[in-house]
Amino acid sequence: MNVIEVENLHKRYPNHVAVHDVSFEVSEGEIFGILGPNGAGKTTTVECVSGLRVPDGGTIRVAGIDPHRERDGLRRVLGAQLQSSALPEKIRVWEALDLYASFYPDPADWQELLERVGLGAKRDTMFGKLSGGQRQRLSVALALVGKPRIAVLDELTTGLDPQARRDTWELVEQVRDSGVTIVLVTHFMEEAERLCDRIALIDAGRVAATDSPAGLVARVGGEQRLRFRPSGPVSDAVLLALPEVTDVSRSGRQMVVTGNGNLAHVVTLALAGQQVIPADLRIEQATLDDAFLALTGRKLV
Amino acid sequence: MKKIILMESKLLARDWPYLAFSLALPVGLLLALGQIPDLAKPNPDFGGERFVDAQLPAQMILLSLMTLSFTVLPGVLTSYREQGVLRRMSTTPVHPGRLLSAQLLINLVVAAAAAVLVIVLGSLVLGSHVPSNLVGFVLVFLFGAAAMLAIGLVIASVAPNSKAAPGIGSVVMFPLLFLAGMWIPREIMPDALRAVSDYSVVGPFVNAMRDTWAGDWPQLPHLAVMLVGLALFGGLAVRLFKWE
Repeated sequence: MNVIEVENLHKRYPNHVAVHDVSFEVSEGEIFGILGPNGAGKTTTVECVSGLRVPDGGTIRVAGIDPHRERDGLRRVLGAQLQSSALPEKIRVWEALDLYASFYPDPADWQELLERVGLGAKRDTMFGKLSGGQRQRLSVALALVGKPRIAVLDELTTGLDPQARRDTWELVEQVRDSGVTIVLVTHFMEEAERLCDRIALIDAGRVAATDSPAGLVARVGGEQRLRFRPSGPVSDAVLLALPEVTDVSRSGRQMVVTGNGNLAHVVTLALAGQQVIPADLRIEQATLDDAFLALTGRKLV
Repeated sequence: MKKIILMESKLLARDWPYLAFSLALPVGLLLALGQIPDLAKPNPDFGGERFVDAQLPAQMILLSLMTLSFTVLPGVLTSYREQGVLRRMSTTPVHPGRLLSAQLLINLVVAAAAAVLVIVLGSLVLGSHVPSNLVGFVLVFLFGAAAMLAIGLVIASVAPNSKAAPGIGSVVMFPLLFLAGMWIPREIMPDALRAVSDYSVVGPFVNAMRDTWAGDWPQLPHLAVMLVGLALFGGLAVRLFKWE
């Protein structure tokens, strides 16, 4: 069942068009990623979905609700953690949760929520004294305090250190496991690949493709790359003669062999036939970055 | 709404230097200026009244309203806008307008507390008069406070950021204090200046307060100018205020 349906969304600002034509559907219980470079229109899209901006064209339905017309109804089913939305410096963690809980008719038990996001020990800490990761955890808790069916999380891990980022990912997975549908806006390929069930790739205000991470990667073909330092001289021709190999290139002492099928096996075998050992052998497969590049002609980051 | 008011009050108390300043400035100035012998003598310009009897306390009440409305309120609101506090709140069922209302109310209460302090301490320490028409005084105070807060909202709307807001507030504050007769009492102002003062919202505000000190009811033209100011700046604030 679809909980969000966006059709031909269009949004203009005085000086530019932020969203040209965006359509996607989010089904219940999934983590849906909106992935694209900065300035692609991701935030504007979720702002329209969250009822903060009025679209100039197209239709949006969130659990059957028109976000623009039924502001109150929307806010009961959708919680949002948006970019550049903070709290007063001197508000304590528990006070923020208690205050935000009072905004909803049937709020979650915020004491329990506090433990769930791992801020139990920070209960009495002021917002201004929290680390970036802790702020984001509080942010997620505030987005969940109204017991929403859908949570919009915008650039949740931007600016976090790798450890805090992993912890936040775990939290997002936990939230989904509790039955909340999640719309995750990100420009991190790794984050989208790890968390999302399906992803809409957005570029310059349009959807380039919508699919599962594996599906998107498959669209650019199952191409693989081998990188290694050969222990002795190897001619390109030997490797190019293999049916699995499509391209051979060199950078410094490193060789890069591109191809498909059982590439690693046949290449190492051919090298062994020449008495050459591939040192520092690495196998690279296509990533979402490659998919994005192939689909839009642009780099993701 | 109760919780928002309570929370905003707590936050103001945590930024206690602001609070202390907006109470201590008018009270401190009142007591300090009250020591100047010339101001404590009957003055023919005021019909034989002493400056400290009604003129000085009325000016101090205006001063506290102005510091709160022109610097404290815009400072808080612009920083809320800057940090995205208002934006975050607009993702909840409660409109951020509630936060704004809570701020207006709290500043009004602090200004009222400052007014009570000024009147009580003025009377106890300097022997100043107490407004004899108390109902009239409260009425005038509310009119004036509403007009000042409306100007404060306009400042919060046009200030580009929270650093600029108190500066803009001070720039607005000093000419208005001057027009209100802070440095040259209105009675001895040149006619042209007094005419400007008559329409400056703060001039009528101080005059109307002094009328209630004398036991009279405020004059309609004074209230009318304040009401026009309130409508003008309130309307401007509604048009200009940005939530993010």
